[in-house]
Amino acid sequence: MPPILQVKDLVTEFGPPGGPSLRAVNEVSFSLERGRILGLVGESGSGKSVTGFSIIGLLDRPGRITGGQILFDGTDLTKLSGEEMRRLRGRRIAMVFQDPMMTLDPVLTIGRQMVEAVLAHEAVSKETARQRARDALGLVGIPSPEERLAAYPHQFSGGMRQRVAIAIALLHRPDVIIADEPTTALDVTIQSQIIAEFQRLVEMNGTAVIWITHDLAIVSRLADDIAVMYAGRLVETGAASDVLSDPRHPYTKGLIASVPSENRRGERLAQIPGMTPSLLRLPQGCSFRLRCARATEACKAMPPLVEENGRAFRCIHPVLEGAA
Amino acid sequence: MTAAPEITDPPVPLDEESGLRRKLRMFLMSPGAVLGLVLLVAVILLAVFAPLISPQNPYDLTQLDVLDGRLPPGSESFSGMTYHLGTDSQGRDILSGILYGLRTSLLVGVLSALAAAVIGTSAGLFAAYMGGRVETLTMRLVDLQLSFPTILMALMMLAVLGKGVLNVVIALIIAEWATYARTVRGTALVEREKEYIEAARSLRVPGWRILFRHLLPNCLAPVIVIATMQVARAIGLEATLSFLGLGASVTQPSLGMLISNGYQYMLSGLYWISFYPGIALLVTIVAINLVGDRLRDVLNPRNA
Amino acid sequence: MATTLIRRMMQALLVIFAMTVIVFVGVSVIGNPVDILINPDANQAERARVIAHYGLDQPLWRQYLAFLHGLLQGNFGESFVYDRPALGLILERLPATLELAIGALLIALVIGLPLGLYAGLYPNRISSRVIMSGSILGFSLPTFWVGLVLIMVFAVELGWLPSNGRGETAELLGVKWSFLTADGLKHLLLPAFNLALFKASLVLRLTRAGVQEVLPQDFIKFARAKGLRERHVIFGHVLKNLMIPVVTIIGLEFGSLIAFSVVTESIFAWPGMGKLIIDSINLLDRPVIVAYLMMMVLLFVVLNFVIDVCYTLLDPRVRLDSKA
Repeated sequence: MPPILQVKDLVTEFGPPGGPSLRAVNEVSFSLERGRILGLVGESGSGKSVTGFSIIGLLDRPGRITGGQILFDGTDLTKLSGEEMRRLRGRRIAMVFQDPMMTLDPVLTIGRQMVEAVLAHEAVSKETARQRARDALGLVGIPSPEERLAAYPHQFSGGMRQRVAIAIALLHRPDVIIADEPTTALDVTIQSQIIAEFQRLVEMNGTAVIWITHDLAIVSRLADDIAVMYAGRLVETGAASDVLSDPRHPYTKGLIASVPSENRRGERLAQIPGMTPSLLRLPQGCSFRLRCARATEACKAMPPLVEENGRAFRCIHPVLEGAA
Repeated sequence: MTAAPEITDPPVPLDEESGLRRKLRMFLMSPGAVLGLVLLVAVILLAVFAPLISPQNPYDLTQLDVLDGRLPPGSESFSGMTYHLGTDSQGRDILSGILYGLRTSLLVGVLSALAAAVIGTSAGLFAAYMGGRVETLTMRLVDLQLSFPTILMALMMLAVLGKGVLNVVIALIIAEWATYARTVRGTALVEREKEYIEAARSLRVPGWRILFRHLLPNCLAPVIVIATMQVARAIGLEATLSFLGLGASVTQPSLGMLISNGYQYMLSGLYWISFYPGIALLVTIVAINLVGDRLRDVLNPRNA
Repeated sequence: MATTLIRRMMQALLVIFAMTVIVFVGVSVIGNPVDILINPDANQAERARVIAHYGLDQPLWRQYLAFLHGLLQGNFGESFVYDRPALGLILERLPATLELAIGALLIALVIGLPLGLYAGLYPNRISSRVIMSGSILGFSLPTFWVGLVLIMVFAVELGWLPSNGRGETAELLGVKWSFLTADGLKHLLLPAFNLALFKASLVLRLTRAGVQEVLPQDFIKFARAKGLRERHVIFGHVLKNLMIPVVTIIGLEFGSLIAFSVVTESIFAWPGMGKLIIDSINLLDRPVIVAYLMMMVLLFVVLNFVIDVCYTLLDPRVRLDSKA
């Protein structure tokens, strides 16, 4: 079966048309297989969220897609009209946002917000829609759903609100869910619950997920595949188990090494020296060059994408197996 | 294997423009603001030099000839002076009336706004700094005042003080100080929590110094915007009150009074007595508002 | 919530009481009304009779108590000029002023809301810029001057609408209203429009600011992510959210409309409270001035109170501050 989502050389820019712009997403390509979870990893400013918004078509002005394709079940999303895209949103591609406090409209009841999500794509009766909402709430483990429907968002805790958001995302059993750091704003204990909940639901429905995060620990628990982004470019992709245990790109290696649990007590935390460059002033060639211990003169040219055994990376001095 | 990374970033240009120049540039980018500024400067110049450029002194009753009353624009007097914008019922040259009237309007506007700003800002700063009961009491007073519309306050004041331009100024000051107090106290409240104030206190900087040299400059931006818009409102209100007969006197008319004088002649087609002073008033207020509106956008901390 | 309501009511009563003191003391300072009413040639006996009749010879605090006593009975004294109960005079003219104010409010909303919404949703269009510039003009133009121009254009030049007085009235609930007759409406149109212009600009700017504040919020994006039609997003979510601050301020502005009607009533010779107060100030008709001011104080306190209540009803966050 072909992958449900294929992103090919996607370019997303911010800036006035015809004027100067910066590339938040720079020729990014990856595939999402049905029923699998892809962890899209990167620091803030790496372009991972923008990639997510590009796919679902919710870029804020002045952002726009200027190149590449997004093939969803064979259809190129970049070529769709506004109305056609709207019909896909929520029904076949859904999104869960980062901050559950801000995601739900504070002046409408949960019930209203869920019912309208159902009615946006299906012409059913209000009662049927309400029933669907009740079922969805039960599905994500929210007790006494009928009472909850009449409640307002501020009456819920953060974790509950996120569950509601997930329930809404699952209302139409979408093929793809884009989850943009859904647990970052939650307590650690709640985080684990949400992640487990997610895994369960996704397995049940066979949904494919893009889980956007900066947290490698989550990725290691959750993701089947990984894509690592740096300064708008993809630097490494592959199966999660492979990439995490045996990274190729020096940035990936640096990220893994800096996770606290990977370090030994009493020793200094490993860090990647320097800072993420501003997208306005990217170094020539490999964007990571200036912070990389392995960089050479040759790195001043853009490294080509190297593909081996279902993995891919952009580096001419990759970390080889077994090396420290 | 671990060669030292070459951390020579590409050169980063320093931010050239200082904050003030940037704000000035932003301000001038709006055609409305520039227009407003030009008009405003013109109005101010006209008002300041009124005695020099005005063909007649409209307050000097000996210069008026009642027989020249109600002449249309462009008419001539016996002495050869042209009444460019016509005359009112008492033979007063409308153009001169406008020029002198502008003086009154601007004076009233600026004076009342300035005084209200000083009083209100001090009150707001004081309340924020003192905190506790003093603050609550002051803010209650402010809330009370703000729940009544300005014109009502002005009417009340005039009912008590009587008519006259000076009383109008006082009434306006009393009606407007509360807005400043509330805004400044709000900003001061935020600033008060910041660390540099704590640092100043721990260094035993005297209270009033903290107030004026630290808190005040940071609260100035909204005060400037409010004050500008207040000037326009004050001018409008003074004109309104004069129009209603509660402000300037008949012998030393302000723009509002001129318009009021001409009101009864509107229906018989002698439009110029009210119309031209009205235009002058309009232009002044619009100019100030255009400038103030742009100032608000420029000084908005979100745009900084 | 009941406790807050009661507390608010107590505060309101306190304010009213404080205002009675202020109003009374203030007004007593206006010069000696005796001199207005009595012929300067009148002899001592005549003066004494008038003074005694109006109780002007008593010490101030005695006069105040008598005043308060009268207030509670609804007796504001008799007008010096009309020789009738002051309160009666005011109440007689109240419907006219209310008509004007409500008419103006409606016109202001009808003009300001849609235009403000449009300007907020499409801020960069030329039409929006024109609307915004127009709004600056709207609140810069002094009301009385606009009134004059309106009269000049519509009544004198075009002769379409009458320029003064109130039209024919019809009775509703025992009160005479002029908006119930066609002639009455014709007379109402110009003054109401005149009064409305300033407020319309305010409403416009307020709405626009509200839209610009609500639109970038996360929950709007989330609504779109659910696949809702844009119209639904705007009217179901954006509008509902910005209604809360807008309604509050409009409510307060209604009070200001009533106060500002003094100007319009003077120009259009509209027989309302406003014209009465101007005349009373000029004639030093103390009972009427006091009655008017007290009326206004009462009105504003009640208005503020009602708005507070409305606010709690509209914003569910304020209403149900139970669960965290």
